[in-house]
Amino acid sequence: MMTRKTGAQILWDALEHQGVETVFGYPGGAILPVYDALLDSTIHHVLVRHEQGAAHMADGFGRASGRAGVAIATSGPGATNLVTGIATAMLDSSPCVFITGQVPSHVIGTDAFQETDITGVTLPITKHNFLVTKTEDIAQTIKKAFHIAEGGRPGPVLVDITKDAQQGECDYEWDDSPVELPSRTPRPTVSPEELDHAAEILNTAKRPLILAGRGVTLSGATGLLADFVEKTQIPVAMTLLGIGGFPASHPLNLGMMGMHGEAWVNQAIQNADVLLALGMRFDDRVVGDPKKFAPAARKIHLEIDPSEVNKIVQVEVALIGDLAGSLRALAPKVSCQDLAPWHGFIRDLKGDSAVRDIQQLPDSGHLYAAHVISDLWNLTEGNALVVTDVGQHQMWAAQYYKHDAPRKLITSGGLGTMGFALPAAIGAKVARPDEEVWVIVGDGGFQMTAAELSTCAQEGLKLNVAIINNGYLGMVRQWQEFFYDKRYAATPMRNPDFVKLAQAHGLLGLRVDKRAGIEEVVATARAAEGTTVIDFRVEKEDTVYPMVPPGNTIEAMIRRPESALEKKDDKALVKKD
Amino acid sequence: MEPSMRARTFVVLVEDRPGVLDRVASLFRRRAYNIESLAVGHTERPGVSHITIVMNADDRVARLVEANLYKLVDVLNVEDVSNVPSVTRDLALIKVRAGHERRAEVMQVGEVFRARVVDVSPDALIFEITGTEDKINRLVEVLRPFGILGLARTGRVAMAREQTPAEEFAHEGVV
Ligand SMILES: Cc1ncc(C[n+]2csc(CCOP(=O)(O)OP(=O)(O)O)c2C)c(N)n1
Repeated sequence: MMTRKTGAQILWDALEHQGVETVFGYPGGAILPVYDALLDSTIHHVLVRHEQGAAHMADGFGRASGRAGVAIATSGPGATNLVTGIATAMLDSSPCVFITGQVPSHVIGTDAFQETDITGVTLPITKHNFLVTKTEDIAQTIKKAFHIAEGGRPGPVLVDITKDAQQGECDYEWDDSPVELPSRTPRPTVSPEELDHAAEILNTAKRPLILAGRGVTLSGATGLLADFVEKTQIPVAMTLLGIGGFPASHPLNLGMMGMHGEAWVNQAIQNADVLLALGMRFDDRVVGDPKKFAPAARKIHLEIDPSEVNKIVQVEVALIGDLAGSLRALAPKVSCQDLAPWHGFIRDLKGDSAVRDIQQLPDSGHLYAAHVISDLWNLTEGNALVVTDVGQHQMWAAQYYKHDAPRKLITSGGLGTMGFALPAAIGAKVARPDEEVWVIVGDGGFQMTAAELSTCAQEGLKLNVAIINNGYLGMVRQWQEFFYDKRYAATPMRNPDFVKLAQAHGLLGLRVDKRAGIEEVVATARAAEGTTVIDFRVEKEDTVYPMVPPGNTIEAMIRRPESALEKKDDKALVKKD
Repeated sequence: MEPSMRARTFVVLVEDRPGVLDRVASLFRRRAYNIESLAVGHTERPGVSHITIVMNADDRVARLVEANLYKLVDVLNVEDVSNVPSVTRDLALIKVRAGHERRAEVMQVGEVFRARVVDVSPDALIFEITGTEDKINRLVEVLRPFGILGLARTGRVAMAREQTPAEEFAHEGVV
């Protein structure tokens, strides 16, 4: 039934119809009509402490659930504070809808108070954006925004609504008809010839390898991939964002590839004769020097986005379309072959790598980040939803926290946004309240968005925050160690007392500096009702191995010296208070 | 340089909305594609604009440009007319110094190129010429010694000669 509503009321009604239950936001002048109408909506609003936090929360919600997360901000500075979060969501194909207030339409273009051309600013970092100046257009635009954000290759969509459009009234009734976008993207269809071509390449392969990216999870193809691997016995390497798309515990899962990938994985890639790339985009952190990437391999790319095909690495055949559909069509054409010699070859590579694994080294009584994460994995039985920040701890989390299920590792891959972890974890927890959520974050990145602890407290959310505190901007320090002659410019950090910081928020804070203490603090944190912050005082100058120096072939890895721990023992360890 | 590197002409149909040109231009800038020429105008269909973009690209980049253009929600159709028989035209207005004593000479040159005189003043006249880019370039060269006082060109517009076979389109934006 038609009723008379304001634009602000229509907005909430439209969001409700999209199934939105929670939004993340921060009010201000140009969005005030929307906030006023919020009180009459069923939707819960999480008040953040900085709009960047709201953006990462929406992103974390999107990654954890597969449905678009929603963030709201006012015009001008509110909107520009979202920008880092929008760019983060864009590069990792995360479905989000951002709603910003805009100055009244009659003053647009006059440099009015808090006027920023946010659709202009976010043009290159959104999948699409809209400026809405008419009350009547709000509902349809919201519908389109969700459709675009969640459809195909997901991504962020921004809807900028002028204040007069929020305040205006019109006759309104929710329109349930499907979204019709006039834009007509040619429907990518996989031809039988392309399928046969791909199958022919796979069926003659002696050393094939699957490169699994985030597309596996996004297209819901994890089960299909498992079946495909079962049938073909082709080993799987994962990108950072591909983690969870194929169970870590599967014997044919080799682990992560790329700059900090497992050495044997990169070696396997370079020795492969066929690469089957699934929903991944050959990021430079994955391929190193593209000219030297798997030169002997015939390459097949299954990808929904045609603009990713032949962008970095030239492939012989591309199956463009939804990954699940392509894989389903391809599977019956691929026949099993004896890959035992290839499996044996990889096993030998792995043997060589494993002796360098930090976990094989004796426990020297000091705290190593890798030990923290590996123990955390054991203690949580690999079931936690892990949200990481960016830096060394992120790479250790990828290496040592092994996931068997999709959407259990949330991390900023493409943009590498420090400050992502805590707010993204809030979004993930809101999306999946039954999950045990662990934030793994560096002391540097934690301080970028630490104010969101306050949001956790206000919302009564239960997160476990593991600060991997090395007193350095660790990853940058590592680059300085390797490539800048150990000249540690602007990387040592003097930190606040994180335990007291937690306490100041009314939260539990814990500290540990010995491996023997990990079990107890993890148990205490898990048992605690509210968000708990653990300050893990780890070895200050530890290094993530292996490492492919940027721009190199992925075989050129800096490896952990055989006796690394013994050497590091001499160094001053964590300073005690 | 890639052997397939050459000038490509894309005819892009877009929704006639504020900011659409911005989106297209932003795409080229962001992906570091270099636009040689760009022309925008209406089409026979209300609400649909026509953008002709000329750029240098090899086959691989040309496919990426097309794929990226299709990712823009406002883009309705993209055609790389470099691969099909097509007509390409440029329009130029050229103001040439032409005092009383040289006017006849200048006009004769124009006639050879089938340029039209669209304005005459005591010291100058304005030619209008349409044609291929090459033809216009040659006229400009021939007029240069007389003194060119102003030059405005539209950039190339292009159209495929034949109706391209109707492709299968979906209303669902896939990307
Ligand atoms: C917003 C932002 N600024 C700067 C960087 C560059 N950067 C990458 S890793 C890193 C250091 C991170 O230090 P910390 O958070 O302490 O984590 P660690 O590497 O020590 O685990 C920096 C500064 C970034 N990725 N993001």
